[in-house]
Amino acid sequence: MGEVTLIVNDVEVKASKGTTILQAARTAGIDIPTLCSHEKLAPYGACRLCTVEIIRGQQSRLVASCVHPVEDGLIVNTESEPVVRGRKMLLALLWARAPGVQVLRKYGMKYGITEVGAGTDYTIIPGISAPKTKFDIEPTFCVLCGLCVRYCAEVKKRNAIGFIGRGTEREVVFFPEIASKVCPDCEECYPLCPTGALPLHYALAEAYHSTEELPTKG
Amino acid sequence: MPRLNSAADLEKLRQQILDRDDGKRVVSVTNGTDGRTRHSEVVVQAFVSEIKKQGLAGKLIVKSTGCHGFCEQEPTALILPEEICYVGVKPEDVPEIVSQTLAKGKVIERLLYEDPVSGQKITRESEIPFYKSQNQTVLGNNRFLDMKKIDDYIALGGYSALAKVLFEMTPGQVIEEVKRSGLRGRGGAGFPTGMKWEFCRNAPGEPKYVIVNCDEGDPGAYMDRSLMEGNPHSVLEGLLMGAYAIGTHDGYIYVRAEYPLAVENVDIAIRQAEEYGLLGQNILGSSFNFKINVQRGAGAFVCGEETALIASLEGRIGEPRQRPPFPATSGLWGKPTNINNVETWATVPLIINRGSKWFKSLGTERSKGTKIFSLVGKLKNTGLVEAPMGMTLGDIVFNIGGGIPDGKKFKAVQTGGPSGGVIPERLLNTPVDYEELSKLGAIMGSGGMIVMDEDTCLVDVARYFINFLAGESCGKCVPCREGIYQMLKILNRICEGNGREGDIELLEEIGETVRDFSLCALGRTAPNPVLSTIRYFRDEYEAHIRDKRCPALACKELIAYYIEPDKCQACLICLRNCPAEAITGDKKIVHVIDQEKCTKCGTCLEVCPPRFGAVTKLDRAKVPEPVRQEAAVIRK
Repeated sequence: MGEVTLIVNDVEVKASKGTTILQAARTAGIDIPTLCSHEKLAPYGACRLCTVEIIRGQQSRLVASCVHPVEDGLIVNTESEPVVRGRKMLLALLWARAPGVQVLRKYGMKYGITEVGAGTDYTIIPGISAPKTKFDIEPTFCVLCGLCVRYCAEVKKRNAIGFIGRGTEREVVFFPEIASKVCPDCEECYPLCPTGALPLHYALAEAYHSTEELPTKG
Repeated sequence: MPRLNSAADLEKLRQQILDRDDGKRVVSVTNGTDGRTRHSEVVVQAFVSEIKKQGLAGKLIVKSTGCHGFCEQEPTALILPEEICYVGVKPEDVPEIVSQTLAKGKVIERLLYEDPVSGQKITRESEIPFYKSQNQTVLGNNRFLDMKKIDDYIALGGYSALAKVLFEMTPGQVIEEVKRSGLRGRGGAGFPTGMKWEFCRNAPGEPKYVIVNCDEGDPGAYMDRSLMEGNPHSVLEGLLMGAYAIGTHDGYIYVRAEYPLAVENVDIAIRQAEEYGLLGQNILGSSFNFKINVQRGAGAFVCGEETALIASLEGRIGEPRQRPPFPATSGLWGKPTNINNVETWATVPLIINRGSKWFKSLGTERSKGTKIFSLVGKLKNTGLVEAPMGMTLGDIVFNIGGGIPDGKKFKAVQTGGPSGGVIPERLLNTPVDYEELSKLGAIMGSGGMIVMDEDTCLVDVARYFINFLAGESCGKCVPCREGIYQMLKILNRICEGNGREGDIELLEEIGETVRDFSLCALGRTAPNPVLSTIRYFRDEYEAHIRDKRCPALACKELIAYYIEPDKCQACLICLRNCPAEAITGDKKIVHVIDQEKCTKCGTCLEVCPPRFGAVTKLDRAKVPEPVRQEAAVIRK
């Protein structure tokens, strides 16, 4: 494996060929916000919070650092103006769908967006208020980062939890037939969930499943 | 069927077919999906049985063909070699066509096309204004081909390009020729085809794959369907040559399940090509082997994106993944894969036969050849149009499309399907070219072209497309899933008269993030309809938000239907037809719409006799007070 040198935020960083910009930056102690990235899972490139600006010669592009491979001589800016502007928008969009998520608050703090959205005070954790959002809040308690789904499929190879629905209808659900058999002894996805809502999802699936199986009277 | 074992065998077969059909008059009846909506199958059957009945069997040929382009006039019957073209043919017209035109060559005046612009009857198909300024190089052969007969394709010189490639050219030379032609992907992105092939050829890894992308999901676009139905062998021949050039033996055709006739015809085409030895082992006696599998899609717009298409082919959920790696290095089953759109593949045989120089002579500096557009919307003539790149939008809309009907004014044209952009009148002299269109905030896309007249509200148009995309986004990445959702909510409230100050800026802000941060091309182009309508029609957005007014009188919540008391003849027609029972009145008493009850379906406007013209659409704030009761009585 060869080694390449890239420049991240004016700092020279060495990285092995075939690794990603995110990995290289983290090795160098540069923090890039992420929701869907996890060391045990294949890069997914879905939350787009890790988007960074790369410069090659005269051209600059925005790429997701978790999936973009390192290149020799690549100039990377993880906090440039267009990056931060988009990141703030992504946080605001996410906030409208999953308020109260700690990690969103943490990033909201980092980017100086601390105002509470839509006239409702969702501040639960003292000292950390919610990122500002210009959107009406319609909570779904899930950021659809897919950590649980991918962990179950890639690491546990069980597929007890998955996505259903397309586009804005997308949801995470436990599949009762599989989940009822494998989840009680595992629950390894619970701590991965940034919203902490997974046990609730499971309880729902379980409740649904047990109603389905109720013996009919008479 | 005899197996063809050399280029000479192919040529011999072609001569036999030509001799067999020599001197026979041909009637080509359009019988594609579009024709079938108007019972073209019955017309074809009528021709076959009528020819038998009149004792002409064996002397005439009936061809059941794909779309020639002018779908709105179908079923059409084109009589060759005279090129007499009859439009809107019904089964009862067939006996006369057979006895007069097919038997004697006499033209039947009443079945000819009448130009709505000049009012003249036109005999020859190529003289019809809709076809006159076109240059149908790819689509043109549809009219000479029975959809289900390989012999017709061979008679036209079909598979001769393949023979040339297999026996006279190296794979490298094929790639060079395609590169020299300047052909760019017809599916939307416009990537140079030859270069794409070269990447795949040079990529390490075996086996390699080639794929035909026939997942044409744009609403109102059907270029690929018409080629796949009408001329499937041109796609197969292109694919075979690409496979030879890239060095692969496996091909896939990914076609929408919603195109049953395309699936049927391509299946037949593959079987026929296999029987002739044009597919399978030792093609045309050479050492080249190639197999094609047909896979039907399950109706997801996003599967037109190449990485999503590959995922779907592999049996996974059709979701895109980040590129790089590009499919050329890691595609189907992780192997080097080349995907091209139907039209791109179908163009390749022409380039090999006529040469890259000929192809390059058509088009503009950076966009070469011709492109098929599906020209629809508020136009006198609609259908498939094939024009050289560089023709101006205005020429396409007015010369080919015949302009706007009913004396209305042109307002805008949307190019590139749901994720394309809207282009206003003052930019109609823009040449159609990949770069020129993207400069304007639109895209070439796969060639959709929707023309809108003055009655169209552009905010409503943006809402329509964003609504489509909200249902078709796969939901994997945040900007596309959440951004489109919020844009739709904002557009909905603007159209309903609840727009807020700052909404336009917010739409722009979200749009830019979706454009710059999304994972795949669907998301990256999704804001185009919003951003381009804001760019060119900002005043319409402002009217909706500030004045709660829809200038085009299209947004239901902002308009009202009104019966003008002095024009109303109290005929009771609208009153009886109103599904909401919102109209009061009686014989001799002027009718009045109860605005509270009215659902704005527009029925009253449709049914009010034009000689009265009493019902009008108004800005909802401008509805006058109802007339007093005594004044409402009509005294005659």
